[in-house]
Amino acid sequence: MNRFRIASMIALTAVVAACSKKPPPAPAPAPAPAINQDSIDRANKARADSIAAAETARRRAEEAARAAEETRRIEAARAAARNTLVAKVYFDYDMDNIRPDQQATLDAKVPILNANTDIHLRIAGHTDDRGSDEYNLALGQRRAASVRRYLVARGIGESRMDIVSYGEQRPVATGENEEAWAQNRRAEFEITAGGNPIKVP
Amino acid sequence: MNEERIEQAGCAKRRAAPACHWLNVGVAAALALVVTAAPGRAQDTVPAGVRIGLTYDRSGKPAVALAPVAGPNADSVFAIMARDLDFSDRLTVIRQDSGDAPTGALNYDLYAKLNAAAVVQATVTPTGGLHIAVHEVAGKRVALVMDLPLPSPALSRDWRHVVHIASDSVEWSVLGRPGIASTRIAYTIQYGGAITLVDFDGEGAWQVPGTHDCLSPSWDPTGTKVACNALPEGNSPSRIEVHDLATGRKWTTRATGNNQTAVFSPDGRTIVFSAGSDAQDLYSVPVYSDSAPRRLTSRRGSLNVSPDFSPDGRKIVFTSSILGHPEVYIMDADGSSADLLTSSGFGDDLYRSDPAFSPDGRRVAFQSRIKGTFQVMAISVADKSTVQLTSEGANESPSWAPDGRHIVFVSTRTGRRELWVLDAESSRARQLTHGGRAQNPAWSPRLSFPRQP
Repeated sequence: MNRFRIASMIALTAVVAACSKKPPPAPAPAPAPAINQDSIDRANKARADSIAAAETARRRAEEAARAAEETRRIEAARAAARNTLVAKVYFDYDMDNIRPDQQATLDAKVPILNANTDIHLRIAGHTDDRGSDEYNLALGQRRAASVRRYLVARGIGESRMDIVSYGEQRPVATGENEEAWAQNRRAEFEITAGGNPIKVP
Repeated sequence: MNEERIEQAGCAKRRAAPACHWLNVGVAAALALVVTAAPGRAQDTVPAGVRIGLTYDRSGKPAVALAPVAGPNADSVFAIMARDLDFSDRLTVIRQDSGDAPTGALNYDLYAKLNAAAVVQATVTPTGGLHIAVHEVAGKRVALVMDLPLPSPALSRDWRHVVHIASDSVEWSVLGRPGIASTRIAYTIQYGGAITLVDFDGEGAWQVPGTHDCLSPSWDPTGTKVACNALPEGNSPSRIEVHDLATGRKWTTRATGNNQTAVFSPDGRTIVFSAGSDAQDLYSVPVYSDSAPRRLTSRRGSLNVSPDFSPDGRKIVFTSSILGHPEVYIMDADGSSADLLTSSGFGDDLYRSDPAFSPDGRRVAFQSRIKGTFQVMAISVADKSTVQLTSEGANESPSWAPDGRHIVFVSTRTGRRELWVLDAESSRARQLTHGGRAQNPAWSPRLSFPRQP
């Protein structure tokens, strides 16, 4: 506290002294600086250039991103087309007709096959494991033939589609229940030629 | 034909034995009589005068005493022969598996008290041969003496096969007909396995090289070749393959599309199989020829598969879907005069398939869906009367043994797909395989000569 009081007093004295004195004369004005227009221009240009470069880089990055996005989109579309082409269709027990609920799966393949006339498919027919495995091998062939006939009827050349059967020898699901049987009664599709790259319709 | 071959093989190997000639004369006469006399149940009927003094009691089974075996691997010889004779389902085996091998004269009176009709004495000789003597108890005489060379190494598949041939010869001596111990069963392992051959007693299983994914094996009449249908893989199309078990030679043939279910004609010269890219028809082609298969059936877009020849080669049974579901049909071997065999009495379950002619040509075994599950049945070709042979689990793909009373089939009764052997006369069943995933069994003819690659 004592120290604070002394400091206040010194400060008060200084203020009093300042008020009592006249102000000093104003200093002479400084000479006007010489303007170097070139350096200003250089600075301005550098600044503009920097902005432009940043803009270009930004544009390029955007373009690259757009291109990458486009590539991703095309690849995704190609993958989707490929998946559509190899999507399985399913059958009822001991039947080879194309079920109404399976037609859309086959119909979706048609525009892709039309856009890619170089593509050849192998259609493999499969069955569940009930019944005669010898008869089922023939039934699998008939299912593959049924699928090919459906696609031929929609304008796809028969020579572009090989058909084979594996009967009940290549199950995708095990178990003696309808869920497993239903998954195994199917036709599978394999692209055996063409489609590199696949054209998306 | 098979019996004749066995006789020749046996005789060649026991040429030195004085009984050989006598036995074979008797057997040849027996076979002639079996072929010409065709009574109602030919398989179980033994013509009079050809049994070597034994009375075959149809209500029971003649008892055969298997005396302790002497020599190296005696226990194995005893075990194999005891099981072979038991699995014949025609004999009761009195096992004398303790004590010393009998020497000198047999005590026939003692065996008579045991109700033994015959006594089998087996000896493994120091020179590696199998010496067999069959004694007729009632006549107090030796009915058969034979010596078979045992191949090395002991206990190998070939070695066991020779013991099986000895068992068949014993049965032949006692009952006038050879047994089926020297047969094998060919089958496929599901999901990409190879064709596997297993001995009649479930032992000695081995895989035929180069037969992965080859289905529905069938034997040629000599038992030296197996036909099968290979699934398509990569650039290899579906095709029929014939594998020579001795040489490993492979011959292939194919028609359009899916090729499957090949069988040999009884003369071994022709193969009939099913092929087609939508409908399936039956085709015929000479084995080892380059000629194009000739179509036998033309059945309006139906599936026609699983052919089997009658033993005389004149008829073919097969599965056809011409009615919209599988049934068994019979036709002439040239494809004409097809007729529905499984025509009635099966209720609402519309599914009959996989026919197999019995060795006497009188019956056809097949599988029928009954209340949603498959069972093995047999139908008379003459009057179409049927008998259901199985009921436990699902049972499929029957094939007859050469003795005409045993049937091998796939059964799920253990929860897995295994091969089972059923004696259609006594209904005794035994499990043949234990590895699971078995399918398409085919019983071989009698295999007199051990064959392996």
